[in-house]
Amino acid sequence: MSTPTRTRPPAPRTPAAAPPPASGRRRGRAAEPVVRGIVSPSEWRTPRVRTGLGLTQVVLLAALVVVSLGPMAWLVKAALTPTQDTLRDPMAFFPNGVDWANLSTAWTSVHIDLHFANSMIVAVGAWLVQLVVATTGGYALSVLRPRYGPVLYWLVLSTLFVPAVVLLVPLYLTVLSPPLLGASLINTFWAVWLPAGANAFNVLLAKRFFDNLPGEIFEAARIDGAGPLRVFWSVLLPMSRPILGVISVFAFVAAWKDFLWPLLVLPDPDLQPLSVRLPTLASSIELDILLAALMISALIPVVLFLVFQRTFLRTAGLGGALKG
Amino acid sequence: MTTWFRRGGFSTFLFLLPLIVVFGVFSWFPIVRAAVMSVQQTNLVTAPRFVGLDNFRTVFEDPLLWTAVQNTAWFALIALVLGYPVPLVLAVIMSEVRRFRGLYTAIAYLPVVVPPVVAVLMWKVFYDARPEGVFNTILGWFGLGPFQWLQSATTAMPALVLEATWAAAGGTVIIYLAALVAVPHELYEAAEVDGAGLWRKVWHVTMPQLRGVLLVTLILQIISTSQVFLEPFLFTGGGPANSTLTVLLLIYEYAFASSLGGDYGAATALSLMLAVFLAALSALYFWLTRSWSTS
Repeated sequence: MSTPTRTRPPAPRTPAAAPPPASGRRRGRAAEPVVRGIVSPSEWRTPRVRTGLGLTQVVLLAALVVVSLGPMAWLVKAALTPTQDTLRDPMAFFPNGVDWANLSTAWTSVHIDLHFANSMIVAVGAWLVQLVVATTGGYALSVLRPRYGPVLYWLVLSTLFVPAVVLLVPLYLTVLSPPLLGASLINTFWAVWLPAGANAFNVLLAKRFFDNLPGEIFEAARIDGAGPLRVFWSVLLPMSRPILGVISVFAFVAAWKDFLWPLLVLPDPDLQPLSVRLPTLASSIELDILLAALMISALIPVVLFLVFQRTFLRTAGLGGALKG
Repeated sequence: MTTWFRRGGFSTFLFLLPLIVVFGVFSWFPIVRAAVMSVQQTNLVTAPRFVGLDNFRTVFEDPLLWTAVQNTAWFALIALVLGYPVPLVLAVIMSEVRRFRGLYTAIAYLPVVVPPVVAVLMWKVFYDARPEGVFNTILGWFGLGPFQWLQSATTAMPALVLEATWAAAGGTVIIYLAALVAVPHELYEAAEVDGAGLWRKVWHVTMPQLRGVLLVTLILQIISTSQVFLEPFLFTGGGPANSTLTVLLLIYEYAFASSLGGDYGAATALSLMLAVFLAALSALYFWLTRSWSTS
């Protein structure tokens, strides 16, 4: 095989014909003076603009910290505070000391551990199903190109225009008695995993990305005797890391956040992920334990965001540009 | 058939199989089924029966429908007034930040990352109506309140919108920031040559350049606010006195709430009507963008 994996294609970062997502790189290449925004370099040098804008930006940062971070910081504080303190004076800073036991109580006696594990299972499964459907489907539609491909692709894309509301009841009844299967999927994780795979947006992203890969590489691999599976596994997937990252973030976070669908198809409390279980718990457990549980539930997505910030923000920009 | 097989037609089909099965069973089939169910009486006991437009009649004769439609429109309107300008202003200022821009975007985007259920349950504590509630304490420092928040029919809906805006604004900021980067700097330079100051540049260059994105986010916002479910469901359950009953909540109640029983037909009929409205919005969007791009 003529080492095709070494040839790096010009990675198409924005498959959409849309404004490129914000990258924090504008300042990184400071050598190019043309990169500028609304304010011109000469305006920046005038003291009036400089102080005025500087002040606006400091005020903005302060406002963002209060509005965005404030509630989260309060949650962390209140999760470690006894209920009575939070009820009596919610804004006081640990009037009677820190109550670390809240976290362990929430984790063990309210079984947040179980629901945390369920959330993980739901999210990882939904992620895998979406990756499989998007990559195999995108590969077949983009590289293998069967004659019925365009029709199939059109059918996939047309589901983008059907709002999720329409699917709610018929999808529920389908999961209740799926065709050809004979067994209900209710109270199995498949009921969450499989419908998550029917995501046209993923297929669209994958296909557009694969379309932009140089076709000669696949041709070369084929001439060297690689079958379709080999091309898929050893040539296409290694070149597709950027788009796989985007789809993964989309899939995992969406599954972790989802509420209504898992609520409908997982009525068994022992199978419910955090987001479904928390509202029920809210009415039956003590406030400090609930707040500790809320903090634990927010932890994974927030940590994921802080680690994969760039992918998250690119995904967010892409989502807006493409949904339209 | 054999040549099809030898040319790899079968392996191609195998690669497409996951897509065909998953979309077939969990997307195409339910979509068709929705259309069929809207003219059927469906329950889980007896076989479905054709009832014509009865489901639609049931929905239209439900006095709660108009309450739900009005409430949803009211939610969408407050969300528009409250939430639409904020991300734009934030993004325009943030696009001029030279140092620590990453910090600004990270903080602005953080609420979007918080799981919606967690955000709602947390805000429910903030909206505690006692004078010792979180928001009432803070407002008390300025001599305001205490407010009833979720427990009064007049303030419940704005309270819902406030939380929804907090949770969603960051995502829109990112979209605007991306669009702002794409504005060609030559336009600003040309405006400067013509003697335009900061404000005029923002008004006469930035805003027209963002026109397309502004319309996209507007329509996206209307599409998502007309499907609002989580906030009314978890904050108020539609109350007090149905003041936060939204269309999606009504669909849920038709289909899954025990008090009314599983009226799947009415639920599908109402969701189809909502879908037609949303499709009309999308069509409007396509028509608008097309007429702009040709002019």
